[in-house]
Amino acid sequence: MRTEKPQTAKVFSFHGGIHPPENKAQSLQLPLGKPSLPSELILPLGQHIGQSSRPLVKVGDKVLKGETIAINNGFLSSFLHAPTSGTITAIEERLIAHPSGLSDLCIVLTPDGNETWTDLEPLNNWQDISKTDVLAYLSEMGIVGMGGAGFPTQVKLQGAHKNPLTHFIINAAECEPYITADDMLIREKTLELVAGIEILQHLVEAENVIIGIEDNKPTAIAALKTVLTQRNSDIQLAVVPTKYPSGGEKQLIQLLTGKEVPSGQYPADIGVLCQNVGTCVAIHDAITQGKPLISRFTTLTGDALKSPQNVEVLFGTPVAHLLEYADYESKKLSRLIMGGPMMGYTLDSAAVPIVKTSNCILAASKKELPAPAPEQACIRCGMCEQACPASLLPQQLLWFSKSQEFEKAEHHNLFDCIECGACSYVCPSSIPLVQYYRHSKSSIREAREANVKADLAKQRFEARKARQDAEAAEKEAKRLARQKATTNKATDAKKAAPAKATPTAAAAPATNDESKKLKVDIAIGKSKLKKLQKQLLEAQENEHVEEISNLQLQVTDQEKAIAALEEQLAKTPSAAPAAPAANTEKATPAPVSDELKKAKVDVALIGVKLKKLQKQLVETPDDQELKDKIAAFEADLKAAQDIVSKLSSNAQSSTNATAAEPKAVMSDELKKLKIDAAIAKAAVKKVEKALKKAEEIKAPEADAIRQQLKEAQQRADELEKALANPETAAPKAAPEKAAPTAENTDAEAAKKRKIDLAIAKAGIKKAEKNIQLLKDQGKEESEIEASEWPKKLIEAQQKLAALEAEEGAPAPVEKTAEPVANSEAKAEPEMDLATQIKKEKVAVALAKAQINKLNKRLESTPEEAESIKQEIAATEQRLQSAEALLEKLIHSQTNMQENR
Amino acid sequence: MLTVLLAIGILVLLSLIFGAILGYANVRFHVEGDPIVDQIDALLPQTQCGQCGHPGCRPYAEAIANGEAINHCPPGGQSTIQALADLLDVEAVPLDGDHGTESAKRVAVIREDECIGCTKCIQACPVDAILGAAKQMHTVIADECTGCDLCVEPCPVDCIDMVEIGVTAKTWSWDKPQGIAATSLDIIATDRQAEVAH
Repeated sequence: MRTEKPQTAKVFSFHGGIHPPENKAQSLQLPLGKPSLPSELILPLGQHIGQSSRPLVKVGDKVLKGETIAINNGFLSSFLHAPTSGTITAIEERLIAHPSGLSDLCIVLTPDGNETWTDLEPLNNWQDISKTDVLAYLSEMGIVGMGGAGFPTQVKLQGAHKNPLTHFIINAAECEPYITADDMLIREKTLELVAGIEILQHLVEAENVIIGIEDNKPTAIAALKTVLTQRNSDIQLAVVPTKYPSGGEKQLIQLLTGKEVPSGQYPADIGVLCQNVGTCVAIHDAITQGKPLISRFTTLTGDALKSPQNVEVLFGTPVAHLLEYADYESKKLSRLIMGGPMMGYTLDSAAVPIVKTSNCILAASKKELPAPAPEQACIRCGMCEQACPASLLPQQLLWFSKSQEFEKAEHHNLFDCIECGACSYVCPSSIPLVQYYRHSKSSIREAREANVKADLAKQRFEARKARQDAEAAEKEAKRLARQKATTNKATDAKKAAPAKATPTAAAAPATNDESKKLKVDIAIGKSKLKKLQKQLLEAQENEHVEEISNLQLQVTDQEKAIAALEEQLAKTPSAAPAAPAANTEKATPAPVSDELKKAKVDVALIGVKLKKLQKQLVETPDDQELKDKIAAFEADLKAAQDIVSKLSSNAQSSTNATAAEPKAVMSDELKKLKIDAAIAKAAVKKVEKALKKAEEIKAPEADAIRQQLKEAQQRADELEKALANPETAAPKAAPEKAAPTAENTDAEAAKKRKIDLAIAKAGIKKAEKNIQLLKDQGKEESEIEASEWPKKLIEAQQKLAALEAEEGAPAPVEKTAEPVANSEAKAEPEMDLATQIKKEKVAVALAKAQINKLNKRLESTPEEAESIKQEIAATEQRLQSAEALLEKLIHSQTNMQENR
Repeated sequence: MLTVLLAIGILVLLSLIFGAILGYANVRFHVEGDPIVDQIDALLPQTQCGQCGHPGCRPYAEAIANGEAINHCPPGGQSTIQALADLLDVEAVPLDGDHGTESAKRVAVIREDECIGCTKCIQACPVDAILGAAKQMHTVIADECTGCDLCVEPCPVDCIDMVEIGVTAKTWSWDKPQGIAATSLDIIATDRQAEVAH
């Protein structure tokens, strides 16, 4: 223990700095003021850097002074305490003290005026317990750095443990003009401050503890010296010359240690810790008295205030209340600033509250703080460089910021700028340099955040893709395994049947390979064809005559090529089964079906060509050549269809011959018949369409087409009859089995209905889309009417309605029947009812959505109002009926529940 | 003559040595894949929205590497076009309106009481940002949503809204100053005084 005067540390210097008028005397005329309780306290949840706190209280809760009302939300966050006793009246968005003038979530506390403290639990044994516990305690007391950014103190102290500390610096410089809050704090609470520093020194164990204070605070310096001498303290006092911004953390460190904090690093990295005097006092109060951080010293100053002074103010006090307290003259007030004139920001409203970092309210008159002069061109005087305390090149940064070259700005260490405003202050062209830097910094930060988000999205996208690929691969593997199993069976069967199986076994894979290759070729050819057709369509739309003929040639070539390939494909498999000549009876159906296939392909091809020609015909109805072509194609089509019908009847007869075979064959036959019937039906449809088109254009071949239609229908009828016969035969063969599967078939029927429903819906969607497309293409209303889509749409909608009715109808019947059948099992019908209610709800939602959609369409296409209105009416009816049903169901459900 | 031969010999020897070094370097430092695609991909916003006509951002990056225009990405907007132009050393062109317009950042929000649990939006989401199961209410993880709009179309009951992400105090950024005003010609003090006198 020394008995001499407190040590004074050596003082270095830093680059740049300015000497603005201090204006500190005004607020030191009056003693520390204590404003009365405001009518409400507004406590923002984000008073500090990092995550906002999480509220612990609800609206209506009664809280005591010092009670925790919000806890930390993550590592970089802090606690919040009730500044006085009262009631929580709201947790809502309120204007906060922020340069943006935006709102944020705040807890609003209405004081009861009693100032009843909660039970305080001071940490008297702080010297004995572990430092981690002390840090945790400080966190719970809501202590954050009170100098500027409000960095949670415990986080800063934890960071200081990384390296052994050489210097622990207490920042009492307070270099910004007008502000005297720290000065007043040192004068008023000298003892508490020194005790607080001693607690901190215990926690961080630095080699040197230095208080850095500017020489414009003689009273505070004297008070400190007295206390330090009294306590025989090790703490050194360093009086630094007045220069802005010596109170900046990095500048003060340079002043007191001569060491510069490297770019992008923290003071802790060079073994230095810096704390504000306010924080030290708060730590002292928290540990020795158990008082959480609920108030601070704030300077009220400016020409617009009659009695400028320092006040000890509770957090959450609205600025307006403080202005009132300091007798402000609203006439004089031109700008209200939170913070000092150099680094503070303008407040748009006096309703914002004081928070943990509000060190000054400057109510400036127009004369005191005139509006900034208009910006002029940079004259490259270099004064900004002379003034910059961070040794940056403000001019260069300005160019890069102006031209948005943020990368270069970063290279010039833009992020080392402490936004002190010295460069703007000295600029003879009144360029708001700091504002440019702030803009650049926030743009860069935004871009970084967007990058992080993009990386995340990319990761998730790739993970999803990998998952989908894996699923697809799994499916493919399963499919291959199944295929392999079936082919194995087939080859086993073949091996078992003929003695000379060896050559066929070798031939089969060969032909397989060949057919595979052919199939691939066909697929490629088809895709090419599609492309060509698309091009052709485009050409037709744009009316490029030469291109059309050229493309048409290509299309026909391509079609021929595909046809040839398909023929080849049709031949190749037929070669394979031809080899085992031993069982010709079984083999014969295969070539027949192959031929049939070929013929069908022909039909399809001709049909495609016909369609295309008809399309062209619609566009150019007077083209005689086209009509001739269509006629020729139709003749071809007929011939091909004849062949198909002949072949299929052949196939039938051949299969009829083998009808005595077991059931498996039977179902195969059935399948084939069904396919034939479907094809015939499709043919009927096609011919009908052709007829319609022919009628539309009043073509002479309409009669011929009608004839064709009749024939096709006949054929379809025949096939259906044929289909019906074996169908009736099948259940006879296995009547015993059919009975137990009745339930299954019911389920299947339901499934089928659902599928039909889905198909009908898809049809509606498609029709709507096509109509929309036609409209987009700018077709006339009449043309749209002429095209089959509106009709199709209505048809599909009718079908959908019918299907939905069907869907709905059988269900209730079952439901009513069931409760009678099993009256004891009540739970089951109830559950059914629930699912039904759900279904009806879905139906209601769908109908609503459709009405919405229709209304939207009504707005966009008023010319179609009539038809859309009708549709809307229909849908509304459906909606009503669905809702009625729903109501009934719900009613019955409640009834059932009541009965229970 | 000897000097000439010697010179030629030395040059041949040198060329052989350097050729060997280059050949070795070509094998040793061979780069797999196309690094330019990765660089382009890194600049794209990764919304995976498909507005450019490609199924995702990487396919578009590949297309750009193969010569497609750089202005087909509405979510990236002008800043992405600028970045791509800088990277590829081509001219920055305005956004192609055919692919959509640049809009404020948005996030999908499901009106949860209207959701029928059809899982269609879940299948449509390119970044798996929608949670839910069949016949269960779905919800969007707002932090993961890229605002790509792909879930809006498949919803059968139209219960997905695209909501603009507002600016909060945490995401707010400083405006750029006005710059030198076009009319600030009253540079000389007497000019200003004259203006006051008017």
